[in-house]
Amino acid sequence: MSAIEVRGVDRVFTRGRNRVDALTAVDLEVRAGEFVSLIGPSGCGKSTLLRLVADLDAPTSGAISVFGKTTRQARLDQDYGIAFQQAGLLPWRTVTANVELPLKLHGMDKAARRARVAELLELVGLSDFAKSHPDQLSGGMQQRVAIARALAEQPRLLLMDEPFGALDEITRERMQNELVRLCAETGAAVLFVTHSIPEAVFLSDRVVVMSPRPGRITGIVDIRADGLVPAHDRAAGVREESGFFRAVAEVRAILHGGSGIPAPDGARGVDLR
Amino acid sequence: MTTTWTRIRPVLLGALGVGLVVAVWDLYKAFGPEEGVRLGERTLILPRTTDLAMPHSWEMVQRFGEPVTSLAGSPTAFEAVWDAGLFSLGLATRGWVIGVVIGLLLALVMCRFRIAESAILPWVVLSQTVPLIAIAPLVRRWGSQIDLFGHVWTSEDSVAVIAAYLAFFPVAVGALRGLKSPARTHLDLMHAYGVGWWRTLLVLRLPASVPFLLPALRLGAASAVVGAVVAEVSIGLKGGLGRMVIDYAQSASGDPAKPWAPIFGAVAIGLVAAGAVGLIGLALRPFRVTGAFR
Repeated sequence: MSAIEVRGVDRVFTRGRNRVDALTAVDLEVRAGEFVSLIGPSGCGKSTLLRLVADLDAPTSGAISVFGKTTRQARLDQDYGIAFQQAGLLPWRTVTANVELPLKLHGMDKAARRARVAELLELVGLSDFAKSHPDQLSGGMQQRVAIARALAEQPRLLLMDEPFGALDEITRERMQNELVRLCAETGAAVLFVTHSIPEAVFLSDRVVVMSPRPGRITGIVDIRADGLVPAHDRAAGVREESGFFRAVAEVRAILHGGSGIPAPDGARGVDLR
Repeated sequence: MTTTWTRIRPVLLGALGVGLVVAVWDLYKAFGPEEGVRLGERTLILPRTTDLAMPHSWEMVQRFGEPVTSLAGSPTAFEAVWDAGLFSLGLATRGWVIGVVIGLLLALVMCRFRIAESAILPWVVLSQTVPLIAIAPLVRRWGSQIDLFGHVWTSEDSVAVIAAYLAFFPVAVGALRGLKSPARTHLDLMHAYGVGWWRTLLVLRLPASVPFLLPALRLGAASAVVGAVVAEVSIGLKGGLGRMVIDYAQSASGDPAKPWAPIFGAVAIGLVAAGAVGLIGLALRPFRVTGAFR
């Protein structure tokens, strides 16, 4: 069963007389355990698409299912974990209290909660900061807490909306390496919104390129077709491989040229629409 | 060493500020012209310095220790002001509690229903443009028609309600801002967790509102004190500082230091009220680390 199935989704925003086609005729499938990135310029609807999948917003037409359920049911069943560009930690709660928040809200008993939080903080390497408050942490550490929180209920799907967008380049690469490791350990499928091409290529099995006005999918690049190992098995060194650069070039070509032929040696792995 | 200094510093500066006002008062009294400073023929811009117009600061303090009147058995001014102050503070507290409850309820309703916000908020703002003097007789008349399970409406109730009328405003506005302060990310997160409005309120909105609520509560306390004192005058209720201000002012010509006693009393209960709210802030300290929402 696929993790996400998007069929013929449109999303139109109307504000007064203004009508914005945020998404038009979007079809997408994310298989279980697959890492898929959405990339595109501002206003291409990538965040809107993620919000639709998360049931934070409803499509104007079309259907979305998450693990075969409606998005609403999937949300209520806590089938996904979610992380945003802002870490979104509650500043009056300690790191521990922040990570355990979803567990607490869903009625897990205290002992089990403590154990799970300790495990999660270990996973993101923040065990020493369990009692700190968010304002005592750096931006990268806050984001790690947010990711630990998203993983708290062992979701089979992670939705991430530019989670590293506000971080500096060095922290960002380190976080990407960690995310690959986390995904390998949890085996979760990921829908990842970004506007960094190298980030999308490094993290993903497939990169979905979108363009604005109206927001739509203009191409899908299968990174594995460029000779890169599956996303969950990647190491930092992948960034140096020729396949990596080839994939970056392909994504860039679609981003800039709409449906132009990307790499010199043909459009291998590019699913043009 | 430095920590004791940082602790003492505000106390010292506060005392220095009060001392400065006292010094300016007495220096002007000592060296200012007896008939005051005039601009042109008629406009008095600095007061006369006669003992009648400006009693010495120490006379005002001394006055507290002297009997209110020359009648036998008269309590000292301090005792009288103390009793009246407690009386007014009690009414202000009742008013504050009513005002806080109403203010919070209004804020909750306005936060929950956007239409309620557009419907209520203008009235909340408008309510504060009505002079207290105008509503005091109305409150008394309406109150006297209320029959609450045999409870007879008293003038005290009227004063408390008027104090509440002033106190609810900052609380309603401040709490509304606080309840609406969580970022989109936080609200999305709660939605993603599938928790409803009430739990979002408890887990997110209420804690987030604390930094906005505390100054509002303090402002409400100060307003309640002002409201209580002014309402005592308008209603004509005896026993509190409001009526005392009027009574003592009448003996100003013979006993110039006397009218200052209830004024200082009002200042004191205002400080006590604001300080008491500060204690609430202490209890809610964990939630005050919300300066920057991330």
